[in-house]
Amino acid sequence: MSADLYEQVKLNPKFNQLVKQRSRWAWTLSSIILIMYFSFILLIAFVPEWLGMPLFGGVITIGIPIGVFIIVAAFVLTGIYVHKANKDFDRMNQEIIRALK
Amino acid sequence: MKKCLFLMMIFFSSVTWAADNLMGDVEKQALNVPAVVMFLLFVSATLGITYWAAKKMRSTSDYYAAGGGITGFQNGLAIAGDYMSAASFLGISGLVYLSGYDGLIYSIGFLIGWPLILFIVAERLRNLGRYTFADVASYRLAQFPIRTLSAFGTLAVVALYLIAQMVGAGKLIQLLFGLPYHYAVVMVGILMVMYVMFGGMLATTWVQIIKAVLLLIGATFIAFMVLKHVNFDLNVLFEQAVAVHPKGLDIMAPGGLVSDPISAISLGVALIFGTAGLPHILMRFFTVSNAKQARRSVFFATGFIGYFYILTFVIGFGAIVLLSTNPEFFDVNGLLMGGNNMAAIHLSKAVGGDFFLGFISAVAFATILAVVSGLTLAGASAISHDLYASVLKKGNSTAKQEIRVSKIATVILGAVAIYLGILFEEQNIAFMVGLAFAIAASANFPTLILSMYWKGLTTRGAFIGGFAGLLTAVGLVIIGPIVWVDILGNEQAIFPYKYPALFSVSIAFLSIWIFSITDKSKRAENERQQFEHQFIRSQTGIGAHDAAEH
Repeated sequence: MSADLYEQVKLNPKFNQLVKQRSRWAWTLSSIILIMYFSFILLIAFVPEWLGMPLFGGVITIGIPIGVFIIVAAFVLTGIYVHKANKDFDRMNQEIIRALK
Repeated sequence: MKKCLFLMMIFFSSVTWAADNLMGDVEKQALNVPAVVMFLLFVSATLGITYWAAKKMRSTSDYYAAGGGITGFQNGLAIAGDYMSAASFLGISGLVYLSGYDGLIYSIGFLIGWPLILFIVAERLRNLGRYTFADVASYRLAQFPIRTLSAFGTLAVVALYLIAQMVGAGKLIQLLFGLPYHYAVVMVGILMVMYVMFGGMLATTWVQIIKAVLLLIGATFIAFMVLKHVNFDLNVLFEQAVAVHPKGLDIMAPGGLVSDPISAISLGVALIFGTAGLPHILMRFFTVSNAKQARRSVFFATGFIGYFYILTFVIGFGAIVLLSTNPEFFDVNGLLMGGNNMAAIHLSKAVGGDFFLGFISAVAFATILAVVSGLTLAGASAISHDLYASVLKKGNSTAKQEIRVSKIATVILGAVAIYLGILFEEQNIAFMVGLAFAIAASANFPTLILSMYWKGLTTRGAFIGGFAGLLTAVGLVIIGPIVWVDILGNEQAIFPYKYPALFSVSIAFLSIWIFSITDKSKRAENERQQFEHQFIRSQTGIGAHDAAEH
């Protein structure tokens, strides 16, 4: 039963469009996360003293806002993806499903 | 069911009674009355929920996936409840207390897998699977080998994680409630079996939600009181911490936690891919009605977990400031009573008195219960859904039989967990959670992700590669510094790195690839052909199991 539906979806150009758009978003956001995290890890491994430099001459070091930023950024990026998916991907998906006979 | 609850209550009162009587001869802290009262409240509430869930339970979908009726927000809280273990609450705040900035590095590692789960795993997983991640991995591959592999991966992760939690629970409860270690381990074991066996996923989910809310409230309050102490000026907090900490300014920068680049990257790989391969976490995505709710789950979970880690950082620094100068919290040798992992617990007393100490102790106990319940359910499902129903009975068992097997498996897992918890009391278990993540990253994650993304994956490739990853991870940990040197007492490690994931994950992917592309069998050809339909289902959700289906 489903096999027949899948064949129909395959022929719908909107499906290709959805796949392309979603992949682009998913992989872009994933790369941002991965680059951010592994840069952080490499900074710790190679130049820990840089992260330990004081900020504005106080005791707070550069590493602290960077660390907190990564945590906040992880949450914000998931928010961006969910927003985009709710707004566009779900609508495109609905259109594909409605077009089924 | 009612009878069991009643027996449980009797068991409980006798345990508290026994604890009272043993106070004289066993060396531990005095019985904390508010803690016991609050803990009993938590247990009664969760057992009430279990009773309610048991009455509602009719189908396998109810048992494994709470009928698919959990909302994204609730599931986000439950995921957070599953993931924020007592180890991360007490362990990370203790690490911050001990060495400052290094604790933040750990937190970030544990959080960073979540966005990736959202971007590449969550929606497809929900669209393709039903109860366990093996449903997805074996979607177009041969059931017998792939489900066996997944069940092995699941049980290995569950066993290691359970031992670590049980031993931690025993020690913590001994310290907080003044209960002997063995009683504590048996009690945790019995409670988790009750939740899972009678209440299935629905009860487990609500235990996790309640625990997550309690933990977030408790941690928020401690952090708030710390910030109030420094008049909400972070600069003052850090200045005071630097002034009293023996390491001084060093606590504001990375210390010796991750030294060489290979270890650093390997740890990162284990945390990122391991999170996406934890069976009890993956299972949570089948409790929501569709891919949209699965997505929302991760969004909320990431928010709660991230917020919680920021709190543990503040709590750790608060502990440095508020505890270091107070002799009340130190033993005769000048060490923090109960070890550095007790920093958050002592801090709760420093900012909120005995009553709040009781609250936080009860929350720590609840935290352990919620995590072990999720693990037990994942292990029992691997046995009943993957091994029994799909492999042994080839899909020809009734729902009733399957649930019965799952309940028997739950009891056996509970007994094994209690036994191992007691057996490992005096052992060094520090490597276990790390190894669990390494196995999840090297066996579960590669087969799962390639089954969804790579057309060329075949049964032969997945089976050989998955086991290669599992065995490499286990082997490298055994000949690595933690087991070979620290536990077995050898001079020098054969494998120089603490974290095997970079190597074992690479070996898994490489062997999956080689043994897939060289697979010229008829079955392999068929499996590649089925990818297209699987791909369309994973993208659109057409044909996915929905909440109404029973």
